[in-house]
Amino acid sequence: MSTAASTDATEPRASAGTSRAAALRGARIREAWHRAPRPVRWLLGLLVVLFFYALPILNPPIISTPDTDFGGVLFTVAVYALVAIGLNIVVGYAGLLDMGYVGFYAVGAYTVAVLTSEHGSWPFLLVLPIAMLTTMVSGILLGAPTLRVRGDYLAIVTLGFGEIVRLTLVNSEWLGAAAGISKIPSPPDLPLFTVPHISWDTGVPLVDLGRTTTFLEFGVLDQVPYYWVALTVILVVLFFDKRLKESRVGRAWEATREDEDAAEIMGVATFKFKLLAFALGALVGGLAGALFATKQGFVNPQSFALLLSVMFLAAVVVGGQGNRWGVILGAVVVAYLPERFRGFEEWRVLVFGLALMLLATYRPEGLIPPGRTARVKKARKEVAALEEGDVEDTPSDPYAGAAGSGALNRQRSADTLATHTDPRTGEETSSHD
Amino acid sequence: MLLEVEDLSVNYGHIEAIRGLTFGVEEGSIATLIGANGAGKSTTLKTISGLRKIRTGRVLFDGKDIAKVPAHERVQLGISQSPEGRGVFPGMTVRENLDMGAYARKDRSSAALKPDFDRVLELFPRLSERINQVAGTMSGGEQQMLAMGRALMARPRLVLLDEPSMGLAPKLIQQIFEIIKEINAQGTTVLLVEQNAAQALRLADTAHLLETGEIVRSGTGHELATDSSVREAYLGG
Repeated sequence: MSTAASTDATEPRASAGTSRAAALRGARIREAWHRAPRPVRWLLGLLVVLFFYALPILNPPIISTPDTDFGGVLFTVAVYALVAIGLNIVVGYAGLLDMGYVGFYAVGAYTVAVLTSEHGSWPFLLVLPIAMLTTMVSGILLGAPTLRVRGDYLAIVTLGFGEIVRLTLVNSEWLGAAAGISKIPSPPDLPLFTVPHISWDTGVPLVDLGRTTTFLEFGVLDQVPYYWVALTVILVVLFFDKRLKESRVGRAWEATREDEDAAEIMGVATFKFKLLAFALGALVGGLAGALFATKQGFVNPQSFALLLSVMFLAAVVVGGQGNRWGVILGAVVVAYLPERFRGFEEWRVLVFGLALMLLATYRPEGLIPPGRTARVKKARKEVAALEEGDVEDTPSDPYAGAAGSGALNRQRSADTLATHTDPRTGEETSSHD
Repeated sequence: MLLEVEDLSVNYGHIEAIRGLTFGVEEGSIATLIGANGAGKSTTLKTISGLRKIRTGRVLFDGKDIAKVPAHERVQLGISQSPEGRGVFPGMTVRENLDMGAYARKDRSSAALKPDFDRVLELFPRLSERINQVAGTMSGGEQQMLAMGRALMARPRLVLLDEPSMGLAPKLIQQIFEIIKEINAQGTTVLLVEQNAAQALRLADTAHLLETGEIVRSGTGHELATDSSVREAYLGG
């Protein structure tokens, strides 16, 4: 992507040290995780999952949001995370720059709004799969004609899609026009048990019997159950995401992203796989929209502004496109930080913008770049070291030196690679006789 | 004839890239298209592999018209291409790249692919040293070898090689052409596109000279290599 390229190129030298250390640490953590025996990994994973379920009950100081309802913030963050996971399939895996992802989010939300409230009064659990299906179909409808264009053009076309969806909503009377649709029912309750929240008012954790959450009772005041549902949906989606990424489909996406023509002649039906990425990404986006609609109780076109597409994309890019944990972290940064610092009033937007700029400068590949990017980065460092003469080029390298400037060649290839541009340095004309 | 190209024309927008091309490639042979930059050599290969649309004319593979067959299905027919300018997957390792080469194969178990891995690594020992290296960080020559090796992983009947010597040092070029000869000796038909006319003609059973999208001379490699006008324009006199 060209944006990545430009930030990458301007990466200040001073940051090299810190990012190298960070990359090294990341690699070490990754390695330790893979070396750990399976039961240990399961146990750790389970503890982390439990921690996230308990988070709104624990209200941990510093993490908890003093100025807004913590449960509500966590729900928003979870929806952003879900959106980021979906958008990551499109942008991170298949390499398709989708600038109108909010369109799918809106389709999901409005499907739930229309079918559960005034126009249908259907049960939410029935409407949820319908919403997923509708958004998937809308993804295919958008993708089928547009996925034949590449790169920047696709970004513009999808940008248009997002706006078309919003404008259609504004101008459709039966969708409530600008006022939108209200009285969307909450999901069915399933009250099983009640847990009190923990209060840290005095600096020590105390059980606060005055604040309780019932599992699962979807109220207007207590948003924790919505968060639990969203978290569960995330876990389910992550399971499929992992399966898919490691399958033949995932490899087809990777090949298509790296070099579409080369993938095609290897036998990858690139168009089909791009469409699949679009459809699945849309499905997840629609799922997030559906959760949003049922929690919010109403939807209107203002909730689906273009800015939201930008925020979704920011979550994916900031977190590290292509890495599912990265994009989740990106969603946390994008959705949580502005809420956490709500007390700063208008300043929080400025601080947020600065934070994004700093991240773009110091972590151009994202907070947690995918393993691939980390590998590339390491290789680039090696090449740079070779060029500076820090390290001796130990293996006698007839091939590398063959083109006259092997190191230079490699440097160029590494650059091409890190910036995801066309890998073919076509201009490099041959020195034929 | 394994491959027959009949009166083939291809456009880039309004510009005619190739016009009325007719030639054939005999099964088991090495054929080459030579010519200057922009003569339409690469376009011809890309049209045979399906990346470019035919405007008029036909492409027959094993007697069947393949114009309607999409690029990703042609590899299953037995046509495999090593793209121009080291079109490897830069972020994948050498092993992953080779594995992608076998993507379209029906039988993809590691046992079934083993002989093909062995064959490719024997042809290109350099690749086995670098098997876990990220392709984008290798030298130009190594990437070229990888692109060729990857094309062989599909077990093609016809392999299309697009400028395999591009940007390489003379010593390495020599080696690449030796390997092409070996690939052919192992039973794969080769269609080679080259700017390096001298080397290509030495190797080729049949050769065609392209100028601005048209074939202006055809013959055996030896005939073209000794043709005075070819010598003058492409072989340095």
